Amino acid sequence: MASSTHTADAIVIGGGLHGCAAALYLARSGLRSIIVEKDHVGRHASGVNAGGVRRLGRALPELPLADAALAQWRNIRDLVDDDCGFASPGQVKVAETEAELQALKARRETLLAHGFGHEEIIDAKQLRELVPALAPHCVGAMRVRGDGHADPFSTMQAFKRKALSLGVRIFERAPVETLQKRGGTWRVTSARGGLEAPVIVNCAGAWGGRIAGMLGDYAPVEVQALMLMITERLKPFVKPVIGAQGRSLSFKQFGNGTVLIGGGYRGRAEPERNLTHLDFGGLAANAAAAAALFPAMRGARILRCWAGIEGHMPDGIPVIGAGMEEGVFHAFGFSAHGFALSPIVGKIIADLVATGAADLPIGAFSIGRFSRPAA
Amino acid sequence: MRRIGRDDAPQVTIEFEGEPLTARRGDSVAAALLAGNHRSFRTTPVSGAARGPFCMMGSCFDCLVEIDGAPNRQACMIEVREGMRVRRQRGAGDIGLGHSTGGGREDTP
Amino acid sequence: MKSRYDIAIVGAGPAGMAAAAAAAGHGASVLLLDEQSEAGGQIYRAVSRQNFKDRNILGSDYYEGLDLVSELASSGAEHVTGATVWQVSPEREIGVSKDGTARMVTAGQVILATGAQERPFPVPGWTLPGVMTAGGAQSVLKSSALAAPDAVFAGSGPLLYLVAYQYMKAGIPVRAILDTTPRANALRALPHLPAALRSIGALMKGRRWIASLRAAGIPFIKHIEDLKLTGTDCVTGVEYRRGKRWRKIDAAQVFLHQGVVPDVNLAMAAGCAHRWSAAQLCWHAETDAWGETDIPGIAIAGDGAAIGGALAAEYLGRIAAHGALHRCGCLGRAERDSLAAPFRRALAGEMRLRPFLDALFRPPRRLRIPQGDATIVCRCEEVPAALIRESVALGCLGPNQLKSFSRCGMGPCQGRFCGLTVSEMIAEARGVGVAEVGALRLRPPVKPLMLEELAALAVEPVSMPGKR
Repeated sequence: MASSTHTADAIVIGGGLHGCAAALYLARSGLRSIIVEKDHVGRHASGVNAGGVRRLGRALPELPLADAALAQWRNIRDLVDDDCGFASPGQVKVAETEAELQALKARRETLLAHGFGHEEIIDAKQLRELVPALAPHCVGAMRVRGDGHADPFSTMQAFKRKALSLGVRIFERAPVETLQKRGGTWRVTSARGGLEAPVIVNCAGAWGGRIAGMLGDYAPVEVQALMLMITERLKPFVKPVIGAQGRSLSFKQFGNGTVLIGGGYRGRAEPERNLTHLDFGGLAANAAAAAALFPAMRGARILRCWAGIEGHMPDGIPVIGAGMEEGVFHAFGFSAHGFALSPIVGKIIADLVATGAADLPIGAFSIGRFSRPAA
Repeated sequence: MRRIGRDDAPQVTIEFEGEPLTARRGDSVAAALLAGNHRSFRTTPVSGAARGPFCMMGSCFDCLVEIDGAPNRQACMIEVREGMRVRRQRGAGDIGLGHSTGGGREDTP
Repeated sequence: MKSRYDIAIVGAGPAGMAAAAAAAGHGASVLLLDEQSEAGGQIYRAVSRQNFKDRNILGSDYYEGLDLVSELASSGAEHVTGATVWQVSPEREIGVSKDGTARMVTAGQVILATGAQERPFPVPGWTLPGVMTAGGAQSVLKSSALAAPDAVFAGSGPLLYLVAYQYMKAGIPVRAILDTTPRANALRALPHLPAALRSIGALMKGRRWIASLRAAGIPFIKHIEDLKLTGTDCVTGVEYRRGKRWRKIDAAQVFLHQGVVPDVNLAMAAGCAHRWSAAQLCWHAETDAWGETDIPGIAIAGDGAAIGGALAAEYLGRIAAHGALHRCGCLGRAERDSLAAPFRRALAGEMRLRPFLDALFRPPRRLRIPQGDATIVCRCEEVPAALIRESVALGCLGPNQLKSFSRCGMGPCQGRFCGLTVSEMIAEARGVGVAEVGALRLRPPVKPLMLEELAALAVEPVSMPGKR
């Protein structure tokens, strides 16, 4: 082990998008941070996700954050000097039956009651104009204009580059070995030597529960391997990102013509070995859902299937906020929809560290909502 | 390319780019096209460059053509059938989907 | 096709045919899956079609394959033709498509006999129509009796000379053979010559091809150091350099070759361990004496594990079959060992020549790693060499990260024609060994799979997504 000790104002554990965003905003607040990453930056969920930037269908507590994040995405170049491939062709959730459409309408009413008007209902004719390739049986949809997607890789690179340019130090291939508090200082040992700072930010994604445990907190993270598949390049035929009320499906065509198909179908994760295994039964169900909504896709060919390791919380919303011990902050467990939130969560964490308070309501994301199971 | 060897093999007629093309039973589509002195089978989706068969064993995916309306078919791996309609693959595959008109790159309220 | 077999073999070339024939008849159910419409693989492609009355054109080595084909046919193994295998899982579930229907077949033992493919030859213009591999030229010669008059053959290695020789025998004019075998290789091969001399017959065969080509007046230009293929919509010429001098010849058809490498995609996607071979400049599967990989029940036989040629592949196929029979309880240890013994001896004899051939036909660095910036490395995504070097300069450490940096390796060929080049290029740019850089991580399906085939796959999901 190297004997040198690095000091900083904060140690960020996890070099994914959330870790880099937190470090970036800390730097903007004048705080020096070091990111320790067990593999390399963006190796896991940050690098293999679908890049969705949506408000559609989000849980209520996430909506203020998603709204604020979208404003950041629209001007993402101002933040990271790169457009991150962001496009906002809208997101659409399709209803295939009247009952499904009613459920979407009910959801819209709930959101309106809470002051959110971004989800609008469109009828079958409007839907067909928007997405001519959809199966004719679809009866309508929920549409959110302004939602869209970004390119995960260029986003990850841009956040990393910007963080580095602001003086953030990134130690890759440096898994955290021990975590101890002495006096007011956290001491981390890793393959890259010792690190000391008064603040620890846990952005360890699927490994966030383990790190939380080392910090004296408890969070029941379920590690999942979400599967995705991508087709050969096809001529452009769909612009918005498509989901479905009655099926687990996420369907999106990139600018290069490839179509990404997902929907939360799970493979098997081996987080300790960085390995994932596919379940072709799940992929078949996912393909069937895509083929049912886009009949002409039946002859399109799948080139690759893969799965990424991601941390899920039992209630499907992340952990964001302070830990039990002083100087501990968490942002993990985004349950496969954290990509869009990364810029705002980075800002929230930096605000918490710098001022002890956030501008947005984050009470619902407290780590204290989970209680340790009785021994 | 020139046909050598036995000349008693049964013939099959296919269509390439709308023109009839005589092949031998057992020929791959790629072989049939090469026998008709066609070397360029497609254009790439990235730069529009011309491509033809390269490996002839199903590994390189450079001999992609449209067969009976289905895009991106490997000409070297598919045998000719009487009446088969073959066209050059032009850029990305077109699977006959309607083209999106609504919602542009920016669809803001 | 049933849903379960004791032994499943992928690929009906010499290794797969021999493995299937050897495995059948011992009480095990044996399935042989192959993409082609008849047995033979690449080396014995279409051997049973009788495309040529004159057997001298393709030569007697080719017709040796007829024995294997008939041995397979009478063996009792179930040979499924037109079957594309697109995945093998560590649990030995084989994803296979036939006639537009995909299914999963489970096997107690799997033998991958996926054979070899041409080594990438990334020179300027290698993507032009009219440029094919020498193996491709031979495929279409064997299966459809097609040949290209006045073609230029460029590169190095026995297959290049053999195809030119077969053209000559068929009376097809050959414009020139541009031999890129480096002058220094002969010296490096010399230490392996004594062992090789014990296979003097095979050694002389190659010399005879070259001598005959020269005697026929075909220009055979040695020690070519650089190649460029020119043309816009199709290849029209070849530029080549010897020493400082560039020359040009016109050509409407060029056949390239600089050896073959294992087709590792299926084995790598299954997760089988591989190591870099400095002698053969490619990935070799880690296998034991019976061809078994580090994944229990998955073996690799023949050129798919390491290049040894058709006869070695046949022996390795039989050895792997006996290993699999033993593992599935159909053969005792002693019986396995004694049945495999003659093939081990034959294999040892066959492999004596290999180190000499590997050294003599080792492709030079400058023809494995593009020297120019504009040369295409990834044919599918049209990624030029410059973009790969830039990505390394930006911090890209290996081929898997390079996918995100450049889309290199993300097209339909799944890195088959850029993977080796990319690993070597990154290693060179970083100044580290190829083993440290690693190989492209391969994802199933290893061959594209139609969405409707996947959708109709009769496999129950382990879990379904929960609604939020």
